[in-house]
Amino acid sequence: MNWILVLPIILPFAFAAATLQFRKDFRLQQNLSILGALLHFGACIFLLFKVYHNGIMTTQIGNWPAPFGITIAADHLSVIMVAVTGILNLAVTVYSKAEINPSLLKAGYHPLMHILIGGVCGAFLTGDLFNLYVWFEVMLMASFGLLVLGQKKQQFDGGVKYVMINLFSTLLFIAGLGLLYGLTGTLNMADLHLKVQGVTDKGLLTAIAAIFMAAFGIKSGIFPLFFWLPASYHTPPVAISAIFAGLLTKVGVYAMIRMFSLVFTFDIAYTHGLLLIAAVLTMITGVLGAAAFNEFRRILSFHIISQVGYMVMGLALFTPLALKGSVFYILHHMIVKANLFLISGVSRKAGGSFELSKLGGFYRSKGFLAILFFIPAFSLAGFPPLSGFWAKMILIRAALEIQSYTVAATAAAVGLLTLYSMTKIWGEAFWKPKPEIIDAEIDDKGQPASFWMFLPIIALAILTITIGLFPEPFLKMAGQAAHELLNPDIYVKAVLGEL
Amino acid sequence: METILPLLCGTMVSASIYLMLSGNLIRFIFGLVMATNAVNLLIFIAGRISISHPPLIPEHLPVSEMPMANALPQALILTAIVIGFALLTFVFILFYRAYQALGTVDTESMRFAEPVEKEDVSDTKAMEGNGV
Repeated sequence: MNWILVLPIILPFAFAAATLQFRKDFRLQQNLSILGALLHFGACIFLLFKVYHNGIMTTQIGNWPAPFGITIAADHLSVIMVAVTGILNLAVTVYSKAEINPSLLKAGYHPLMHILIGGVCGAFLTGDLFNLYVWFEVMLMASFGLLVLGQKKQQFDGGVKYVMINLFSTLLFIAGLGLLYGLTGTLNMADLHLKVQGVTDKGLLTAIAAIFMAAFGIKSGIFPLFFWLPASYHTPPVAISAIFAGLLTKVGVYAMIRMFSLVFTFDIAYTHGLLLIAAVLTMITGVLGAAAFNEFRRILSFHIISQVGYMVMGLALFTPLALKGSVFYILHHMIVKANLFLISGVSRKAGGSFELSKLGGFYRSKGFLAILFFIPAFSLAGFPPLSGFWAKMILIRAALEIQSYTVAATAAAVGLLTLYSMTKIWGEAFWKPKPEIIDAEIDDKGQPASFWMFLPIIALAILTITIGLFPEPFLKMAGQAAHELLNPDIYVKAVLGEL
Repeated sequence: METILPLLCGTMVSASIYLMLSGNLIRFIFGLVMATNAVNLLIFIAGRISISHPPLIPEHLPVSEMPMANALPQALILTAIVIGFALLTFVFILFYRAYQALGTVDTESMRFAEPVEKEDVSDTKAMEGNGV
């Protein structure tokens, strides 16, 4: 047993139990939660460095040898995801010290959040398909609870839709899993990679691949399966929607990358061709949806969809450069997206609303906030020298290299439209003079944004700039991840040992 | 058995999808229950149905002499049932609370998170006017 590998999973659960004990003592609960997030962050970064230096690490739970027991495997892709999870968890936990009020704390905000993080890390680190299903369920359960915390009308409405479609997607997942087991007799992902090659009826496998594509497609919000996302992500408190936006869809993308690089690679022209079409349509619909709305968080929700399109595009092109771009895009996007949601919370505190028509004048009154918004927003749109520029550039270059000119053109055009909706927020909330509104329309007056809200935003913005100015180590890691994804033998050897 | 069970499974899936798409939360729950069971049945069938011995190895032998039943699909189903139960209770409570808060179980009229915008209403009215 290698304890470092399981720490990112068990630490959050330990702290979920601990914070549950102190449900009534809000101050202690919050501090305990921040301590938990700090330790988790440390464990995640430590794991990242370990894998960066030593290569793939694996451990067999209960010492059952690989294809029979549950494997925990950390390759570069996994640890990058886990590390960003650690960063976001810490940022959001600090932020929630200011945002989450006692009634939500009493309802179990912190335990649920820790369970969510544990589930997400489990999904990233597991090397077993059924175990992945279990982690998905853990994560879903916690997210269901978090989504309706506060019990507003919109939350119930958004929550019902979110729960419906996500339950259906897990059913698809487990159905595909059962069929795949029936065909190959194994559930270990590395073993699946080997067994799938021996299956004679590839048509059946392609059908199973399509089931998986639909299941993970719903989770990650690709076209045409994304409608639950903009219906629900703007309803819960800001800290919750920030962690959802940063993590949850990316777990779907991660699972898709894992399955479609390790297991379903026998008919790339068909499966990945389908993914490419979905990716292009996802980018376009997402960004057009964002252009149509005038509510801060709803615009951002639609942007998640269009950005997921870029990530899936990298997977669908399936070249070393494209996968590298995909991994780098996920890394950049998770940080930027969560940060934008956090900023929407601060501007709500300052302006009293998420509606852009009711906001205004921040450029004059809140200059610092304007700078903080500018960094992630224009990184998202792909401005040099911010992190989004490199991510978009690599993906577009990867598309050009294999002469997918339409795909490259779409990616570039979507970047431009992203800029359009970001300037819309900029123009409305920051440049426009503050509109005269009567007090009744302000839905949450509250106290002004505190230090605890700005701290994570500043940290994430600095991280975005760092990735933008010094992309080399991050690109190297993403390149390593892509190298492992395209040469599954490395992963298989690490999990199953020498064959 | 091997032909009847897949047919039953398919029927259950189609019925559950019909129920889930009918736009009513109560029907959705019934559809969900049926779909969960259909999927459990699917795993059961995919794990092969055979008349064989229980997977118990005699103490003095390293491996069993007789062909054994595969216990794993059943373990998977058991886990899926347990998780399914937990999710189902949550869904019951959530839908009940949603009904209390929103006053409806009709999914078409649940537009609190995504309110119909005013321009949209006038647009559709204008279109209806043109149509008539």
